[in-house]
Formats: sequence, structure tokens, C-alpha cells
Amino acid sequence: MSNEKEYIEIFDNNRPLIETLCSALLNKERAKAFEQFKSTGFPKRDDEEYRRTPIDKLFAADYGMNLGRLPLQGSPADFFSCDVPNLRARQEYIINDSFYRDAAEKSPLPEGVLLGSLDQFAQTHPELVEAYYNRQAQESDSLAQFNTTFVQDGLLLYVPRDTKLSEPIQIVTLLRSNIEMLSNRRLLIIIDQNATADLLICDHSSNDKQTLSTQVTEIFLRRGAALNIVEIEETGEKNSRLAHLLVNQESDSRLNHCCITLTNGLTRNNIKVTLAGSGAEAHLGGLAICDKNQHTDNNTLVEHKASHCNSSELYKYILDEEATGVFSGRMLICPDAQQTTSCQTNRNLCLTKCARMYAQPQLEIYADDVKCSHGSTVGQLDENALFYMQQRGISKDEARHLLMFAFAGEVIEKINIEALRDRLHLLIEKRFRGELNRCKRCALCKQ
Amino acid sequence: MDNLIEIKNLHATIDGKEILKGINLSVKPGEVHAIMGPNGSGKSTLSNVLVGHPAYTVTEGEIIYKGQDLLALSPEERSHAGIFLSFQYPVEIAGVSMTNFMRAAINAKREAQGLPAMSAGDFLKLMRDKRALVNLDSKLANRSVNEGFSGGEKKRNEIFQMAMLEPTLSILDETDSGLDIDALRIVAEGVNKLKRPDTSTLVITHYQRLLDYIKPDIVHVLYNGRIVKTAGPELALELEERGYDWIKNPQAE
Amino acid sequence: MKKKSNNIFRKIADKAYEYGFVSNIKTEIIDKGLNEDVIRLISSKKNEPQWMLEFRLQAYRHWLTLETPQWAHLDIPPIDYQAISYYADPTKKSKDKQNKEIDPELMKTFEKLGIPLEERLALSGTAVDAVMDSVSVKTTFKEELKEKGIIFCSMSEAIQEYPDLVRKYLGTVVNYRDNFFAALNSAVFSDGSFVYIPAGVRCPMELSTYFRINAANTGQFERTLIVADDNSYVSYLEGCTAPMRDENQLHAAIVEIVVCENAEVKYSTVQNWYPGDAEGKGGVYNFVTKRGDCRGNNSKLSWTQVETGSAITWKYPSCILRGDNSQGEFYSVAVTNNYQQADTGTKMIHLGRNTRSTIISKGISAGKSQNSYRGLVRVSKNADGARNYSQCDSLLLGDKCGAHTFPYMDIHNDNAVIEHEATTSKISEEQLFYCNQRGIGTEEAIGLIVNGYAKEVLNKLPMEFAIEAQKLLSVSLEGAVG
Repeated sequence: MSNEKEYIEIFDNNRPLIETLCSALLNKERAKAFEQFKSTGFPKRDDEEYRRTPIDKLFAADYGMNLGRLPLQGSPADFFSCDVPNLRARQEYIINDSFYRDAAEKSPLPEGVLLGSLDQFAQTHPELVEAYYNRQAQESDSLAQFNTTFVQDGLLLYVPRDTKLSEPIQIVTLLRSNIEMLSNRRLLIIIDQNATADLLICDHSSNDKQTLSTQVTEIFLRRGAALNIVEIEETGEKNSRLAHLLVNQESDSRLNHCCITLTNGLTRNNIKVTLAGSGAEAHLGGLAICDKNQHTDNNTLVEHKASHCNSSELYKYILDEEATGVFSGRMLICPDAQQTTSCQTNRNLCLTKCARMYAQPQLEIYADDVKCSHGSTVGQLDENALFYMQQRGISKDEARHLLMFAFAGEVIEKINIEALRDRLHLLIEKRFRGELNRCKRCALCKQ
Repeated sequence: MDNLIEIKNLHATIDGKEILKGINLSVKPGEVHAIMGPNGSGKSTLSNVLVGHPAYTVTEGEIIYKGQDLLALSPEERSHAGIFLSFQYPVEIAGVSMTNFMRAAINAKREAQGLPAMSAGDFLKLMRDKRALVNLDSKLANRSVNEGFSGGEKKRNEIFQMAMLEPTLSILDETDSGLDIDALRIVAEGVNKLKRPDTSTLVITHYQRLLDYIKPDIVHVLYNGRIVKTAGPELALELEERGYDWIKNPQAE
Repeated sequence: MKKKSNNIFRKIADKAYEYGFVSNIKTEIIDKGLNEDVIRLISSKKNEPQWMLEFRLQAYRHWLTLETPQWAHLDIPPIDYQAISYYADPTKKSKDKQNKEIDPELMKTFEKLGIPLEERLALSGTAVDAVMDSVSVKTTFKEELKEKGIIFCSMSEAIQEYPDLVRKYLGTVVNYRDNFFAALNSAVFSDGSFVYIPAGVRCPMELSTYFRINAANTGQFERTLIVADDNSYVSYLEGCTAPMRDENQLHAAIVEIVVCENAEVKYSTVQNWYPGDAEGKGGVYNFVTKRGDCRGNNSKLSWTQVETGSAITWKYPSCILRGDNSQGEFYSVAVTNNYQQADTGTKMIHLGRNTRSTIISKGISAGKSQNSYRGLVRVSKNADGARNYSQCDSLLLGDKCGAHTFPYMDIHNDNAVIEHEATTSKISEEQLFYCNQRGIGTEEAIGLIVNGYAKEVLNKLPMEFAIEAQKLLSVSLEGAVG
């Protein structure tokens, strides 16, 4: 039996259970998505977009799904400690696939700001959620439909007009289970006109069971809105993540997104940014530090639909041992998107013979008054620089660290949440020194 | 007095090609030696072999430095032992700031000497003091190593690092190349100020002009992988006047 | 008073596709359609040995199992492969007479194309194999080359005269199973050139093949095989034109190149098949598989192409860098105007140690055309020290066209250094105005700027070809800016 059939059956058999525990609004979209998923199934091997990251195989394992929404015992603080200490941020948790309501005392949010369970808000603020939920995801691929089919909760953030959030919001997504588990979570982020927010999303796992998560994040930036968003993935070898980040930007809005993959099993990030209004700006960054059999695939599409927009992309990979990196970056400049500037850079370091990098930038341009460029390189640490440092007394391993750190640093420098930058430097240094997910063999972790 | 460094019958190859064909050279503490010679005679190979560049293979001979076998040491161990090379072409290292780079170098050396790491305050003060020595702009210290430096700035930066690391044996590989007369003076003055009675210098150069500022005790002529002539400072002047042809064709005398 | 620029414009406009004439030559054309009998007929007309027929039939049977490739950024209308005639022979008349003389009309055709077939008139230092429709018309300087042991003749002749050589190499670089069009070509190929440069020989002149489609409703399926033995060198040129016809013509060629130890092959193409008219009617479908195998250590293969013609181009001249220290180069200028579509680029497959490749691609799109660069750089696990540099630039003239870049990089080695850069821009108003102010009309200024933009590639062409290519660039862009 093919894997999608199995999930179609699971859904058919559990539909009443899924739907009774969830708001009507989510169920409405669920019905549409299920029909779509039923007709397409999972992306196949011959699907060009998923050529380097086989999907159907991932779903073959026998996962448990918490469709009955059983609560977990204990609080997140019992099994989680943040690797970015002393960050002044408001912390919220998503445990597996549900928003976690903690008892901790928090400073009140500015008036009108909504932050909490998506499913709950779908019941209390149906008109808001209806206007945005699944608007972008319904146009996306079959994995997004899969998520919509099974998703029961997640997080909603709404920042009303002209409101500027003064402190960053940190959302910790925690994977915790005693069995192999599949969880599907959803984030809906709406930044209204001229509002701003800083968001940090951290993925963690706290057990060694094999897990698979699907995550769909839909972001709407209304006119003049600004969002800084940093995602940090720090899970384990047995955790796979299939994520969609879908952003719709109105005129003069500004997005800064950075996705940092530190430790993981298999990761696929589908990032689609639509610059729908003129003067919008999107800056995407990505850093993947991979060893063992880690597999990181960032697939980006930046669609320039309006004039005078500006986009940039900087993706860097450091691949050690038998890690695989995949980068596919598509820039699509539509006929009306005159006066576009867009540049994409992809730089990769392969540290061993068994590490593999697949890079596939794509420029598709239908407007003539544009400045577009992309560059991609695969290489190693500069031997001359290593020797120069050794001559100055720095050991070869330390010199390697310095160079790798410098290589990674370029991505971190682009993050414009200052408090976070220093801490990320620290985190990456820890990663290089093997203090995160320690491994004895590889060059990344060698002291 | 004991030699600081003694090179005996040194043969070295790169890509299987023999460049050094039996070098013999001894330097005593406090001495300044100049090594001159036409292009391709092996001057840069000698300096690279002294600091252990991996592209070069020593096929024969030995180097005794401070009484120990230098060839057995890794490049960084040679650095910790006090050997400093001012590179002919200093490499640019994107993303690594001068400050971080120097701190790593200083602390690596201190660790090798069994000393604790330098405090941030002391380190920054040291940077400031030494920078003044070669008129290095404080802006440069915040930039990445050699990145975007002009030719003269790179060479001044080399001498600045020399000041920071306080070597026992400094090798200046064509430090004068690409410098105008003012930059040359600044660099040379920097070198002279750093000179102590127990430190030695190997000045590798093509021309006399650097030697106007850094006075050598002994001048060697390197030709075709061997030292073919050794004399006092007057030899440099003679080479300046007569060129290298008379060395290449001794029978023409 | 008329402005000077207008005169230039007129001149250029008048020149538009000057090779569009049809020659009135008695041509033997076999019936339309494709089946095993047609293949047997082609083979028997060419008096081929049994193994050659088997080769064709095997390819045909495989072709039947394939579908037209859809992955390119092209809109290819369905092609009725039964509506094409697979063999057209313009030399029929002369053959009937048992006479070696060439039809004077045929001679005139090639003279009009600027390709004199009489050796005394020939371009200095170039030997030519002229192919019209399915048949090689004449190969010049054959005897002179033979003295050095160089074989330069039509493929049909090579199958008769040098069967062992042909059998040894044919299909070893491009297997009939390679792709849809390669299978089709292997089944029905008619003629083409065969070149063999023996060990240690530097070919003293440029070898050149001139391809011409004349007959209506025919396809051209030529096959070229170049073998450069150890320590040899050859520079090979290829030119193509076709008459203006309303119907689309199919051209599906294969070029195979074998480069042995220390040998070097330069392959230059100026492709000027009929691109169709300004409304997108007619034109040649150019679906070509070109590949070289750098088998020997220190071997080198260099592709240079100037692509201005064809309604649709689907072409990726590639290098398999098998030998240690082997080198591959790809220099390309691709111009599309009106409704032309091009999806072209290269593949550099690094297998040996210290292999190097360079890719310079310059795309120019105008009118309503779509121009794509598609290229693959693959470094296998054992290709230590592999280096690649790719640069793909696109220039857009007008706002109805598209310029696309699809580089693929598959790197399986930790000490490869791979660099790819791409830019897309338009001709700057400032540059045009500057030229205008100096009295240069807009059309001519565009020609100048485009030629400057493409110079890096044009410089790689042999002299005569380079001049021809420059003119061609200007002509192809006629009417691009209105």
C-alpha cells in the first residue's frame, strides 16, 4: 500500500475525532485540502522540486499521531532549557502540535495584539482567522495540503495597525513523545499596516524517538509592516522537518527571515515570498551546519509581482562527514515587476569527500528593467589563510574554526535583532565546538 | 656564542622540482642577515621552508633552531618558538577581524608557554601600543585580516603583527616590494624599533634600498638554490652597482 | 534630410535572413513517414553494411518507447513524425549520370552562401564538407589532408571506407538511449562529417562543415563524429542555414567527439537556421545532442557557439572530463528575437582528477522571445581538484521577452572549487544616449553594445567566423527596439 493511501485511510477513519476537537473554520479548510491531497498524494521521486529530498519514504515509518489531543504531562521547563540564555524575549511554547498555555506571569501585550492558540482564536476571532487562514497554503504543494488536512492547532500572532512590539517573541516548538510520532503544526502571523514585530522560532526535541513534523507558517505583511523572523533548528538525528514558510507582502512592507539549521535529521524548508505590492522588500538568509547524515534542503521562491521591490538571499552551507546540502533558489520576475533589484548568493563549504552539495539557482525573468544576479560557489577552507594563521601561531584546528566561524558569520550579521546576533554567534561557536549535539569524530566538533 | 639558527645542507622541492640545493647558513643572536639574489634563485622557498609551508618538501639536510630540530615542528609550533615570517603576499581572510585574529594568535602562544589567556583590556591596550609603532590606522584593526588593504597597509600590518608576537627570528620576505619610499621608511623604522640584542633578522630582498634602513651584518647571495657568496654589508652595495650577472657567470670576472 | 541612422536601419532590415532563398535543385525525396521499412530504405540507398542497419533499427525500436522531453523552458508544439520525409538527396541528378560532377545549381547555392566548393576559390586554410539536406555534396582539400593521415569526409563515405574506425567510435559518446532526439537521429541519420586526426598530427587547416536544409517537409538528421587521437589537434567549424518556409523543419543532429591523451579539439558553431518570421511562422526546430568525451589525460575540448537562428533551440554541448587534467570549455552567445525560443547551455561532467571547466554564456533576448541558459556542473567523488567557473549573463531588449538561468551544481567532492555567477540587465539608456549624442543611431548602437557584450565569446571564434558572427548578431536583433 502506498504511503498516501495509508494516510487517506487514517483521515477517513478518524475524521470525526479530528473535527470534533477542532474549530469549524479549520475543518472547512481541512475538507478542501483533503480533496486536493487525495488527488495528488505525496511528491514523488520524479518531482523535480523534491528530486534531492525523497518525501514518500519519510512517511513510511509507523508514526503515532496525537489526533485525540491528549495533553502532555509536565511543563516545558521540566525538559527544556534554552541554548540562547538571557535573551529578553517573551516565551511561548508549541508542544508537538499544540499551543501550550503556561501559567507563567507575563507582561501584558500592547492593546489588540493577539498571541496564542490558533484553534482558539479561530473560535473567538473567526472573521480575522478566516480572512487569512490557508489563503496562501491552499495554493502550495501537496505537503501543505497534507498539513491542512491533519492540523488541529498551532499559533496565531496578530499585530494591529501602527503597533510596534517592543520585545521579541520567542516561540519554542518542542517535540516530546515516547513513541515514533508525526505532528502537524500551523503558524499564522499577521502584521497589520505599519506594525512591526520580531520573532524567534526555535525547534527542539527532548527524546530520541524518530519524529516527523510538518509545519506551515503563513505570514501576511500588510502595507508598511515589518517583520524580523529567525528560525533556529536544534533537534536531533532522528527528527525530520518538512516546513513551509509562505509570505505575502503588500507595498512597502519589509521581511527579514533567517533560517539556521544547527542540528537535525532531515530538513526541508519551502520558502515562498510573494512581493505583491510595490516597494516591498524581502531579505532571506539561511545557514546550515551539517554533519553525520544530516540533510538540509532549502527551497526558495521569491516572486516579484510588483514594481520597485527589492529582494536578497544569502544561503550558506557547511557540510561535514556524510551530510547532504540542497539549495534551490528560484527568482521569478513577473512582467510588471519593473525596477526590480534582486540578488541571490549561495556559498557552500564541503569538508569531506562524502559530503554532498546540490545547488540549483534559477532566474526566471520577464521584465526588462531589472537588476538581477545570483552567484553560487562550492569550495573548501582557504589553504593559504590556514597556513597564514598557523604561521602566526594559531593551531590548524583553531584556524579552521575561525574560518568557519567567519564563513557563518556573514549570515548572522544580516539578522537585525541585535540582542539575538551576539547570542547566535555564541550558539554557532558551541555548535562548532561540538557542545550542542556532541559528536566525537567530525572536524566540526574537534577542539 | 651559540647560533640561533643553523641550516645545514638544506635541499627542498616543490611539486617534485628541486629549488634549494644545499643551503648552509648560521645566524647568531642579534645578527641581521640579508639574503639577496636574482628572481627564481630560491629566496622565497627558503623563507617558506623555514616556517614549514606544506607545499614544500625538505629532501635532505637539517635546521637546528635554539638547539632543537626545527623540521620536526608544525608551523604553529615554529611560530610559538619565535619564528615570524612577514609574507611577501599577505593573504586576505574575509570575515575574520584583525582583533579576533590577533587575540587567537597571542593566546595560542601564551598557552604554549603555559601562560593564561590575556585579559580583553590588556589585549586591546597592547593592540593600541603596537599599532602606533607602524602608524596603522585603528580602522584597519576592525576590518577583516588584510581584506581591502592597500599594498603598503598589508606590509605595515605584517610588521604590526611582528610587534604583537615579539619573535626571536624575524624573516622579512621582500617586505620592500610594492612600497613607496615613505611606506618603506615606516616599515623599516618599525623593524628597527623592535630589534633587541637577542633577536635576529633575515632580510630577504632583491634590492639594496631596504638595507639602507635595516643595516645587515652579513650579506649572502643566493643563486640557483645555493649560497654562492657571503660577505659584509659592502656586498649589497656592490650588487646594487654591478647587478647579478657577475655572480651568475663567475668566469666573466 | 533623412537621418543617417535610418539608412543603416534600412540596410539591416534588408539583410534580414539573407539565406532564405530556395534552390531549384532536382532532389530525390523519399515518401514521408517513419517505420522500419523507411530505415531499411535509407540504409540501402546508402549501401550500408548490415551492422549499420542493425544500429539504426535498434535505435528506432528504442525511440518508439520514448516521449518528447518536456523539462526544458520551451513551448514545443506537437510534432508529427509521420509528416516528415527522412531522406532528401540533391545530388541525385549527378549520380544518375554516373558522373562525379556536381550539379552547377548546387555549386551556385553554396557560392551564394559564401561557401565556394572549388578549392581555388576557397577561404584560405579551410577545408569544407558541404551537406545539403541528407547528403554530403562535396568535401574539399581531402587529398591534402590525406597526406598527413587525416581523414575528413562525409559520414556515408566513412562507413564505406573506414568501417572499423566508425564502428569503434560511433555511438560511444552519445548512446542511442541517451534521449529522444538522439534515438531518432541514430535511427535515421543521413549524412554528416567524419574526422579522424591520427596521433601526433596537428591539423594544418580549419575543418568545416556547412549544413543546408533545402528541400521542403524534410528533416535533417546529420551525424558528426570527430576523433582526435593522442597528441593531435584540430579546429572544426560548423555553419548552418535553411530557406524561409512557412512550415517548421526539424533538425535533430548528433555530434560526438572523442579526445584522446594530450589532444585538443576546438568546435565552433555559427547556427543560423531560419528562425521563422516576425509573427513566429515557420522556422527550424533545432534539437541537437552534442557531446565530447575527453578520454585521455591532459585532453582539451572547447565548444564555441553563436546561436542566432532556429525557431526553437534545444542544445547542450557537453564535456565528459574523464582523463586526469582534462579541460572543457563552453563559450556561447545565444540571441533570440521575435517568437524564438532557446533553451541551451552545457554539461561539464568532472570524473578525472584536476579537471577544469569554464562556462561563459551570454544570452540576448528581444521581441517576444524566451531565452534560457541551462547548465550542469557535476563533480564526481573521485574528481579531486576539480575546478569550474561559470558565468551566465543575460541581456534583455524590450519588456515582452524573457531571460532565464538554470544552473545545476551537483558536487560530490570536498576539494572541488565551483563558482557560478549570473547577472541579468538591460542595455542602459545612458549608453544608448551617449552613442546617439556621438551620432550613432539606436539600431547601430545596440549592435555595437551587443557585440561588446558578446566579445568574450566572439573572440574565441576563428577570424572569418568571428566577423560573420558579428554581422549576424546585428542582423538578428533587427527591429528589436522600436
